[in-house]
Amino acid sequence: MTGKLGIVTTASLEKGVDVRLDSPVSVEDMVVGRYVTIEGQKRRFFGMITDVSLKFTDDRLAVSPPDVADPFIAEVLSGTSTFGTIHVTPMLTIGGDAASLLEGPQPVKTIPAHFSTVNLASEQDIENVFGKEDKERFFIGNPLDMETKLCLNLEEFVKRSNGIFGKSGTGKTFLTRILLIGILQKSKAVNLIFDMHNEYGWQGTSEKGPPVAGLKRLFPAKVAVFTLDEENSRRRDVKIDFVVKIGFDEIEPEDIVLLRQTLNLTEPAVEAVYQLRRRFGKSWIQNTLDIEGAEDTKELLESMNIHESTFQNLKRGLATIRRLPFIESHAPLDAVKNILTHLDHGTNVVLEFGRYRDITAYVLVANMLARRIYTQYQSRTEKAMAEGVTPPHPLVITIEEAHKFLNPEVSSQTIFGTIAREMRKYNVSLLVIDQRPSGIDTEVMSQMGTKITCLLDNERDIDSVLAGVSGKNELKAVLSRLAPKQQALIFGHAVPMPVAFQPREYGSAKSYKDFISSEQSTPAGKADKDIEKLWE
Amino acid sequence: MECPQNLKGVRTINNRTDKIAEIIEASTAQFVAQCYELYELPPLGSLVKTGDIYGIVCHAETAGLEPGRKPIARGKDESSEEAIYQSSPQLLKLLRSEFTAAAVGYKGGDKILRYLPPQPARIHGFVYLCQPDEIKEFGQSFGFLNILINAALPVPTEELIAAALRQMSLAQEDSRAFLVAAGKELANLLSADFIRLKNILGKLS
Repeated sequence: MTGKLGIVTTASLEKGVDVRLDSPVSVEDMVVGRYVTIEGQKRRFFGMITDVSLKFTDDRLAVSPPDVADPFIAEVLSGTSTFGTIHVTPMLTIGGDAASLLEGPQPVKTIPAHFSTVNLASEQDIENVFGKEDKERFFIGNPLDMETKLCLNLEEFVKRSNGIFGKSGTGKTFLTRILLIGILQKSKAVNLIFDMHNEYGWQGTSEKGPPVAGLKRLFPAKVAVFTLDEENSRRRDVKIDFVVKIGFDEIEPEDIVLLRQTLNLTEPAVEAVYQLRRRFGKSWIQNTLDIEGAEDTKELLESMNIHESTFQNLKRGLATIRRLPFIESHAPLDAVKNILTHLDHGTNVVLEFGRYRDITAYVLVANMLARRIYTQYQSRTEKAMAEGVTPPHPLVITIEEAHKFLNPEVSSQTIFGTIAREMRKYNVSLLVIDQRPSGIDTEVMSQMGTKITCLLDNERDIDSVLAGVSGKNELKAVLSRLAPKQQALIFGHAVPMPVAFQPREYGSAKSYKDFISSEQSTPAGKADKDIEKLWE
Repeated sequence: MECPQNLKGVRTINNRTDKIAEIIEASTAQFVAQCYELYELPPLGSLVKTGDIYGIVCHAETAGLEPGRKPIARGKDESSEEAIYQSSPQLLKLLRSEFTAAAVGYKGGDKILRYLPPQPARIHGFVYLCQPDEIKEFGQSFGFLNILINAALPVPTEELIAAALRQMSLAQEDSRAFLVAAGKELANLLSADFIRLKNILGKLS
């Protein structure tokens, strides 16, 4: 459906534009989230429908309704005494003269004149605003009710930390997979994915139908799968590249601080961690666990001002860590070094957690590895700046259950808090996936560049995702009315204006082919064969 | 007496396009005409013209020639109404039929303008019933509705507007589309008075 919708009747920059619909246009065809263009006198406006309402000219219509069973009366009244209006939030303007055409769409700073014509945005309009699929832009889906390809500039996208939010089961994982493929294909950045539920590397689950292929199966040359649980990965037939083991001596007090809640540690116990580290050095955990309840222990604790019960509390917590099977007293191979080598070669790394899906393992490993990788990046970037050599590949770290790392209590202590705040000074950014965005520190949320959100229905979650966005109330209406599955709203740094869209298909043979074929280096014949294999 | 009806629905008396009446009173907003034949009145709401001026019949009456002399009942011994007139042929001369038309437009050059005419009609001007082609042309725009809504009329405005639109719709090829368009125009004009609009619309279909 294209063509004229109606005319602008009232408008305010703050409150948006009200449009009276022409009589042939049915209000039922107007859905929130759709795009319209407004032809002003000097410029075109681009806006999103954020509300639809019915109006009448005389209040008595509501009191004594006409006999609408009579088609004649119904036809006469529709669009005259009774009419539909839509509320449009203007997002962008495109000036009429040549100079502003070159500049492209600009943020809205004015409103259209009275009775300007309002049209549904055409495919061409959308393409003008969001751009065509090219070497930087990646097709992520279609705007709601439109056939146009919505493209995201991934080079811009990875320049900031980004967030993907949504209730559980709304399609966050599918969306993330699509974006990861986009980053892998269209930007210079490499991904490090902490894959808590084993969804990204080899194969992922789908609520309907067979499992879907992971990144490694689509792009074997560009993705390496690391695992913490070799047995589990082998059982799932995953082609693994490296088995990660963590040594006790690699765990720092900061890692324990982060686990305070999950390990149920008291405040003094956390304090004690630092003292023990100072006292015992690198092998502090081993030494602490070795302390037995003898006389000399008491003396030792007294000398460090640690209370007996505090010590027991800490010891219980450390014992939980020791029980994690991938923890060894000393790791034979340096996982961090290996990950860095892969990243340097431009290979994306997916770290599977296998059966160790509990939050302790995830928080511990993700934080520990990320901290050390970040430190490496930091020194290498600084060195590159000083010596004028190429800095390392930009790195995007994907974390799930982000509120565990980025909640207000711990975000100042975790490395992820630092990355989110310092952003890409050192070429590292985050891709945060979470279902409770309200649990994330507002300071971190405010630093996120692009946010993509699927359906959220908790008031606080919605507020925290939309905090600081212009037209927040209007977007709220759009967000809370997204379909429970496979619809999302994207806004922020990488898109010129917010857009509600349906992510592109992921999971059928054709979709894999589309993904692979946009990767020019893969010969077409080979790709076909690979796809057939995926269905075996 | 017969009142033959044209098939198209537009009443052309005796199937002719001859003059039907003569103006005996005229003002800017309306004119009164006396019919040449008793009872040969144009229907309420029909479009008539005199000179360049168009009018819509908004009232009609038949009464004695002399204002003070009321007719008396004569039919007690007659078998039919027709017989009364046959036995008293003078009645046809003593009674007269008059109608009032509201001026709703005039011809300026070759265009029909739906405004009040600049000058009132002339006394003794001949009045003709408009033919379907002319009605169709006149009905292309609904400017006259506003004149009718605001006119001071001897009959209820709602009745007159509904009658006029029904009459006009008979000359249209698609009478329903015509009525819908007219209804929409009325809905705009009466946007603040839904009850009046409802009354008119109820009388259109």
